Amino acid sequence: MNPIAFVYLATVLFGIGAAAVLLRRNAIIAFMGVELMLNAANLALVAFSRIHGEIDGQVMAFFVMVVAAAEVVVGLAIIIALFRARQTISLDEPAELKG
Amino acid sequence: MLDLTWLLIAVPLASSLVLILLGKRADAWGHWMGLAASTAAFVVGAGAFLQMLGLDAESREHAVHLFTWISGGELTVDAGLLVDPLSITFVLLVTFVGTLIHLYSVGYMEHDPRRRIFFAYLNLFVAAMLLLVLADSYLLLFVGWEGVGLASYLLIGFWNHKPEYATAANKAFVVNRVGDVGLIVAMGLMFAAFGSLSFETVFAHVGDVSTGQLTAIGLALLVAATGKSAQFPLQSWLGDAMAGPTPVSALIHAATMVTAGVYLIVRSAAIFDLTETARLVVAAVGAITLLMGAIIGMAKDDIKKALAASTMSQIGYMMLAAGLGPIGYAFAIFHLLTHGFFKAGMFLGAGSVMHGMNDQVDMRRFGALRTAMVVTWVTFGLGWLAILGVPPFSGFWSKDKIIESAFVGEGWQPWVFGLAALIGAGLTAYYMSRLFFMTFHGKARWTDDAHPHESPWTMTVPMIVLSVGSGLLGWFLATGDRFTTWLEPVTGHAEHHEPVLAVPVIMALTLVLVAIGAGLAWFQYGRAEVPTTAPAPSLGTMVARNDFYQDSVNRAVFQRPGTHATRTLVYADAALVDGAVNGTGSGLLKLGEFLRRFQSGQVRSYAALILIAVAGLIAAVVLGVL
Repeated sequence: MNPIAFVYLATVLFGIGAAAVLLRRNAIIAFMGVELMLNAANLALVAFSRIHGEIDGQVMAFFVMVVAAAEVVVGLAIIIALFRARQTISLDEPAELKG
Repeated sequence: MLDLTWLLIAVPLASSLVLILLGKRADAWGHWMGLAASTAAFVVGAGAFLQMLGLDAESREHAVHLFTWISGGELTVDAGLLVDPLSITFVLLVTFVGTLIHLYSVGYMEHDPRRRIFFAYLNLFVAAMLLLVLADSYLLLFVGWEGVGLASYLLIGFWNHKPEYATAANKAFVVNRVGDVGLIVAMGLMFAAFGSLSFETVFAHVGDVSTGQLTAIGLALLVAATGKSAQFPLQSWLGDAMAGPTPVSALIHAATMVTAGVYLIVRSAAIFDLTETARLVVAAVGAITLLMGAIIGMAKDDIKKALAASTMSQIGYMMLAAGLGPIGYAFAIFHLLTHGFFKAGMFLGAGSVMHGMNDQVDMRRFGALRTAMVVTWVTFGLGWLAILGVPPFSGFWSKDKIIESAFVGEGWQPWVFGLAALIGAGLTAYYMSRLFFMTFHGKARWTDDAHPHESPWTMTVPMIVLSVGSGLLGWFLATGDRFTTWLEPVTGHAEHHEPVLAVPVIMALTLVLVAIGAGLAWFQYGRAEVPTTAPAPSLGTMVARNDFYQDSVNRAVFQRPGTHATRTLVYADAALVDGAVNGTGSGLLKLGEFLRRFQSGQVRSYAALILIAVAGLIAAVVLGVL
C-alpha cells in the first residue's frame, strides 16, 4: 500500500478537525477537533517516517502523544472551570479579552 | 585693612539676608541695622582708602584673592577683588552717599509698613554695587552688574501695588537685560581673544589682538554701558524708574548704579585706548544723550522726571569724557563723583519737598517753598549752583574740564563734541534753573490740602552733608590736580593738549551760556506767573515732553515686530513641529484602532487567524517566496 495515501488521509482528518474547531461552539467538540488535528499530524509524521525510511518521525509522534495527553488534562480543566463560572461551555460566550 | 575689603560686600549682604529672613521680628530695629551695615562698609572703605594713601602710587593696586570659583581641567576661574584708586573711589562714593541715604530713608519711609524690606533691598544694592566695582574680572563684575539690576528692579517696583509702578520696574528690568546681552557678548569675545576674563590677563594682552576684535569688544561693552547708564538708545527706562521711592532715585538712579556704565568704560580703558572707532562711538553716544537729556529736562513738569532727564544728560557728559580717551577718563570719574554728590543731594531735596507736599511731584503746584523749607531750599540751591557749573562750586571744576577736553583734537571732532558739551551746559542751566525757580520761588501754587513743612533731622542731615560736598568737593579735588594724580595708576598719564579754542575763551563762553540759560529761566519761571496747568505745548516741547517719542519708537521698531515674529514662530511651532509630533501620535492611534478590531475576544476567530496565517506561511515556503 502506498504510504502517500496515509498523508492524504491525514490531510482530510486535519481538515475535519480544523473545521470542528472553527465551526462548532461547543468547547468539548472543538476540543475533540484539536485532538483530531493532533492525531492527523501524528499520522502524517508516521507516514513520512515510513516514506523516508527513518525513525525520527515515529519518535516525534510519541512526543506529540505525550504533549496531547498533557493538553487534554489542562484543556478539560479549563472547560470545567469555564462551566463552573458561567454555566455554559459555549466558546462564543466568554469575550472579556475583546479590545 | 586692604585685605578686609571683602567685608565691604559681606556685611551689607549679611544684613540684607537677616532683614529678609527675620521677617516682622526685625520691623522695630531693621532700619537701624541697615544703616549700621552701610556705615560699617563705609568705615572699612575709608580705612582701606587711608591705608592706600600711605602707599606709593605704583603699589596702590592691591589684589585680594577670595576663593577659586570654578575649577575644571585647564580652566580655573578665581573670584577676587581688585582694590585700586578707581575702585576705592567708587567704594567711598557708594558707601558714603549710600550711608547718608540710608539715614535719610529712616525718616522718609517712616510711615511705610514695609520699611524693613526697603532697607533689606538697599543693603542688597550696596553689596552688589560694591561687588561690581571691586571685582577683579569681568565675570565677577557681571555678578554685581546683575545684582544692582535686581536691586534696582525691586526698588523701582517697591510700591508695586500700583500697576504702573510695577510696569516701570519691568521696563527697567527688560531694557537693562538688552544692555546685559552686550556685556555677555563682550565677555564671549574677550574669552575667545584672551582665554580669560580677569582684568589682569585681558589688559596685559590687549596688544596681541587685532584692532577689529578690540573694536567689537569695545562696542559690546558700550551696549552694556548704555543699558545700565540710560544712554541713547537704551535711555527710555530711567524716566519711568522714578516710580521708586525718592531715596532710591537718589542712590541708584542718580549717584551710583546708573554710573556703572561709565565705570565699565573707564575700567576697560586699556581696550578703548587701542580702538579709536569704539571710542568715537562712545563719545558720540555721550554727546547725543547729553543734549537729548537736557532737552527732555526742559519740558518736564514732574520734578523727579526732570531730575532723571538731568541725570541722563550728566552721564552723557561722563560718557563723552570717557570716549575722549586718556585725557577724559579721569574727568569722567571726577564728574561722576561730584555729580554723585550734587544730584543725590537734589534728589533728596526733591524727596523732602514731596514729603512736605503730600507726595505732589508736579512743579506747577509748588512755588515759594523757600520760606516753608529753608534747609531744603539752601541745600538744593547749592546743588543747583553745582550742576550749573558756577565757580567755585563742584560742578564747575568737573564739567568745565570735560568741556575743555571735548575741544581737544583734530578735524571735525573737537568742534562737534565741544559745541555739544558747550550747548549742553547752557541747556542744563536753563532746565535746572526752571526746576529750581518753579519749586522754590515765585508765587505759591499749592493744592488746598498741602501744608509744606521742613522734614525731620534724619532727612535734613544727609541733605546738608551732601550740599557741603556739592559746594566744596570739586574745588578740593581739583586743587593741585589731586584727583587726576590719584587716578593716574589706573587711567594712565595723559599728556596735556591744547584745545582748539583757548581755555579762557571756552570758560567764558560756558559761563555766558549758563548765565543766559539761568536768566531766561528766571524771566519765564521765577518772575513771571507760572500757570498751574501746562499751556498748549509747541511742537518742540511736545517732542521733549514725550521723551522724543522713545517709547513709541521702541514699540514700533522693536516691540511690534518682535511680537509679530514671536507670533509667527509660535504659529510655525504649532503647525510644523507640534504638527509632526501630534501627527505621529494620532497616526499610531489610528493604527491601534484598526488593529483593535482583530482583538475580538472570540476564541474561534483567533483560531481561524492562526490557521490562515500558518497556511499562508506554509504556502509561502512551498512556493519559495520566503
